[in-house]
Amino acid sequence: MGMTMTQKILAAHAGLNSVKPGQLIKAKLDMVLGNDITSPVAIKEFDKVGLDKVFDINKIAIVPDHFTPNKDIKSAEQVKICREFSKKMGIVNFFEVGQMGVEHALLPEKGLVVPGDVVIGADSHTCTYGALGAFSTGIGSTDMAAGMATGEAWFKVPEAIKFKLKGKPRKWVGGKDVILHIIGMIGVDGALYKSMEFTGEGCRELSMDDRFTIANMAIEAGAKNGIFEVDEKTEEYVKEHSVRAYTAYKADEDAEYCSAYEIDLDTIKPTVAFPHLPENARTIDNVGDIKIHQVVIGSCTNGRIEDMRIAAEVLKGRKVHGDVRCIIIPATQKIWKQAMNEGLFDIFIDSGAAVSTPTCGPCLGGHMGILAKGERAVSTTNRNFVGRMGHPESEVYLASPAIAAASAILGKIAGPEELD
Amino acid sequence: MNAKGKVIKYGNNVDTDVIIPARYLNTSDPAELASHCMEDLDAGFISKVKKGDVMVAGKNFGCGSSREHAPISIKASGISCVIAETFARIFYRNSINIGLPIIECPEAAIDIKDSDEVEIDFDKGSIKNLTTGKAYQGQPFPEFMQEIISADGLINYIKKTK
Repeated sequence: MGMTMTQKILAAHAGLNSVKPGQLIKAKLDMVLGNDITSPVAIKEFDKVGLDKVFDINKIAIVPDHFTPNKDIKSAEQVKICREFSKKMGIVNFFEVGQMGVEHALLPEKGLVVPGDVVIGADSHTCTYGALGAFSTGIGSTDMAAGMATGEAWFKVPEAIKFKLKGKPRKWVGGKDVILHIIGMIGVDGALYKSMEFTGEGCRELSMDDRFTIANMAIEAGAKNGIFEVDEKTEEYVKEHSVRAYTAYKADEDAEYCSAYEIDLDTIKPTVAFPHLPENARTIDNVGDIKIHQVVIGSCTNGRIEDMRIAAEVLKGRKVHGDVRCIIIPATQKIWKQAMNEGLFDIFIDSGAAVSTPTCGPCLGGHMGILAKGERAVSTTNRNFVGRMGHPESEVYLASPAIAAASAILGKIAGPEELD
Repeated sequence: MNAKGKVIKYGNNVDTDVIIPARYLNTSDPAELASHCMEDLDAGFISKVKKGDVMVAGKNFGCGSSREHAPISIKASGISCVIAETFARIFYRNSINIGLPIIECPEAAIDIKDSDEVEIDFDKGSIKNLTTGKAYQGQPFPEFMQEIISADGLINYIKKTK
């Protein structure tokens, strides 16, 4: 029996010729990641192992991005634990405020993940790097501690669902609409414990930023990982960002999938996920009249340069609605500088939007844009659970940067085509 | 190992944001986390939960964020076991790694009602509803995971095997 992309990567990292779904394996890790919320717990567990060094100082990344720049004294103490541990262990990839960005935008940009890698991260959106043809998955703090100590992690080899993409997305449709459409179709546990493998000619029509957005939200369907086949666009991206050698894995012709879907990108409409689950997907023509109070454009899902450009294209020459706070958060310092140099900040600020330094901030109700009781936000982030962005009686509607920007102008959920 | 307690029941897709809201993640102290456990879903949870109580829920329990603070807060609240139809995979791993007993058993998770008294035998993976007298058999853990559990979590397992 043939293997899927994920199965091939796992087999190679377990030193095996082949693996089967359900098999328990130990795999060698190319990168172990943590943030300011999960790393302190991991560090406490690591200390219990009684080692004075980590398995490889180059293969660990600690990125304080959630509550940074430190939002309060307790958060400052958590980041201090991360900083002191990184210094003591000599961890090369510790990113302080000023160099840091939202972790899943930062690692690919720094060339720390390449195709064929096995990556674990104590953050559920670690699945983002599947866009590069790597196996990457979220784990908890104790797994992070074990990974830092041994350079290995145990996995149950997952079954896979195949998503064969064809066609080309229409104007104003991007990776966010594709993944919200898919989650709406299969549900928040539709891919539980499984891989989501994206293949087909349609993938070539998606930019790397689109692919990062899609792989990023695989977890919102319960998946273990999401992964794209490596093509010219991936190779170009990797050459630009990394000097590491890599391996591109392709699924075997006879690889087994537990289900398969064909997605026609031409037919996907701009999509919004209603509270309080990402599976509550509705196309923009079915949203009704919903007044909003805040818009957030940023995060590991949609804080990349293309997202900034799309937001600017919509906001250019227009004004944010008087009842809306529009907060734009480029995900990394590099994206920030690029957006600034391209003149996007002039557009944002002239429209009445605020531009923030990189942080996860409002996405998880941390800081930099918390909602009051009864308030509604359109957000380019990834979760709309109860209380996710603030008060338990506030609401989050997930959408693309194009919809978010148009909604900011009109003061209600709307697509760019509704603008004059 | 056995547990016995009163059931506190929830529905499908209980996410880690409602188990422990992010606004409390600026600490990793188990007792402090427990004092806010389930707050955004059931503000009365902390005042009603008693040591040994059993949490029962539907599908995809623990979905969302990978925060280990979620199983830590449940464990520190006094809950002795979580029974669900299915668990989200990161929550499942985290629970085993920190030693919070969990059992995947759709039949029991659907049948058992709030406030029922239940008894669980972890070694056998069996569940008995003392209120109705009905018995259920949960999914046993693979041998490898049993080794982690019997070592009292992943870190102790690594210490033993390194």
